[in-house]
Amino acid sequence: MASIETPTTTLRRPAGYIARLGEWAINTNLALGDMGVFFLSTLYWIFRWPGRRAISETFAQMYEMGTKSIPVVMIGGGFIGAVLAVETLPQFQEIGLASRVGSIIVISVVKQVGPILTAVMLAGRLGGAMTAELGTMRVTEQIDALRVMGADPIRTLVVPRVLACVIMTPILTLYSDAIGILGGWLVAVRVEGVRNYPFWHYAAQSTDLFTVNVGLIKAFFFGIVISTVACYKGFRCGNGAQGVGRACTEAFVTGFCLILLSNFILALGLNNLYNALYPNQPSVL
Amino acid sequence: MPDQSMQNSPPTPSPLIRFENVHKRFGSLVVLNGVSVAFAEGKTTVVLGPSGTGKSVLLKHIVGLLSPDSGSVYYRDMRIDHLKDRGMEPIRRKIGFLFQLSALFDSMTVGENVAFPMREHSGLSKSEIRDRVAERLAMVGMENTENKMPGELSGGQRKRVALARAIALNPELVLYDEPTTGLDPIRSDVINELILKLHEELKVSAIVVTHDMTSAFKVGDRLVMLMGGGIIADGTADELRAHSDPRVQRFIAGRADEEDLRALHRI
Ligand SMILES: Nc1ncnc2c1ncn2[C@@H]1O[C@H](COP(=O)(O)OP(=O)(O)OP(=O)(O)O)[C@@H](O)[C@H]1O
Ligand SMILES: [Mg+2]
Repeated sequence: MASIETPTTTLRRPAGYIARLGEWAINTNLALGDMGVFFLSTLYWIFRWPGRRAISETFAQMYEMGTKSIPVVMIGGGFIGAVLAVETLPQFQEIGLASRVGSIIVISVVKQVGPILTAVMLAGRLGGAMTAELGTMRVTEQIDALRVMGADPIRTLVVPRVLACVIMTPILTLYSDAIGILGGWLVAVRVEGVRNYPFWHYAAQSTDLFTVNVGLIKAFFFGIVISTVACYKGFRCGNGAQGVGRACTEAFVTGFCLILLSNFILALGLNNLYNALYPNQPSVL
Repeated sequence: MPDQSMQNSPPTPSPLIRFENVHKRFGSLVVLNGVSVAFAEGKTTVVLGPSGTGKSVLLKHIVGLLSPDSGSVYYRDMRIDHLKDRGMEPIRRKIGFLFQLSALFDSMTVGENVAFPMREHSGLSKSEIRDRVAERLAMVGMENTENKMPGELSGGQRKRVALARAIALNPELVLYDEPTTGLDPIRSDVINELILKLHEELKVSAIVVTHDMTSAFKVGDRLVMLMGGGIIADGTADELRAHSDPRVQRFIAGRADEEDLRALHRI
């Protein structure tokens, strides 16, 4: 079980660049290891069945997360789709292929922009709220109180949030995808006068179920990253209001970097999977 | 009911909680520097000491929220300082902990807070829990507040709700971290009476951390004073009043020492 006590294992002995680099590497590794243990205890409780109350708390969290995030996700997605149309349409028009703009909008939105943009917005919106809430609970000894009353804090606090976030991120990504495509359609068809039928025809031709699934698989992993990092930073938060504020900033920055990193790794992995499944087609990832 | 059997058991001489040469530091700050102290079963022991000497840290060692850098902590004859959360669970179930800052769950109502330990651990039905929550809240003078949120309460009211939560499961040991701080004198006396009542009727053992000397002398069978990382005084109220150490005398009388006063006059 991960202890709530602030880890005292970090090294602090500045002496020259090499030593400082080594120190940074060790501290980063310790922090990553600590976060890994934290994540494993979360998995442990999920697979050991966290109990009925954790599950009903999960639904409460899903409702909370969904209602809070739909507006920001839709606004963000819509404008990105619109901007994509604004920027790419002139290029397509120049070579007389304006009706093909639908495919590029759909591919970029469904595969890259939708999942990543949604994840980054959720890291700010949900991650920030989670870190602040759990951090405040830590600072005011509520997490200690849970432990004293024999309720595992990971089971009661972290599991519902991670589960809810993992379920909601793909759903919100779908929303963002849909509104993004709609935004692109508005600009291309309604404003710039691209014909409606070819827009949708090429849009549909360029995507298949695999493409949509790629976005959802990514969203699933982004959900894990966002919630685990946010909960971890809340649990390890420093003292006072300042500690909570700093934990929120760190949660966002760490979450953001890990989203981009995992996106890269997933793109490589899924690309290989695609080549294995459809060997004679050009890679679409 | 477990209380019934406890009532009839004869008092045992072996201590309930025992610290043996416990050292604890945070970074370079040494808080406990070889503390050895025992807390007797069925007795109320008051822990005194200036702010910041580690009284709360001492209590947290008993429930395993902190573990010593060296030395050991025993619950009856069982060594508990190296136990993990899962191993500590049966012991924590027998201990009620009143946190210094109350630590009420602020996403739950007052009623849910008090019901929380019962929902986690007792096989009580919903209506039994509701009755017991009402009874515990009445004991601390907070009846009919079940549906309030902790954020709507004053500091003293939160403390009383936290006390109701700490005694929800009929614990055999209650750790009170400053139970009367922030309460008016009359409320404080009600809490003192509550501590005495739990002690007399249910034979609850208690460790009370306090700065309130009236409360300390009223509820304490025995008083220990923690200062500078160690126990500097240990005895009954009368023994403490007659203690030869000037630091103990100053603390009991609430007198600033010369050095503090000199610092003030320099301003
Ligand atoms: N988790 C922690 N991390 C770092 N330092 C801590 C921690 N807990 C306590 N301390 C430090 O240990 C010292 C003793 O703290 P403690 O809370 O036990 O004091 P106290 O005797 O209860 O004081 P008060 O009467 O004001 O409550 C303080 O200087 C505090 O800063
Ligand atoms: Mg204290």
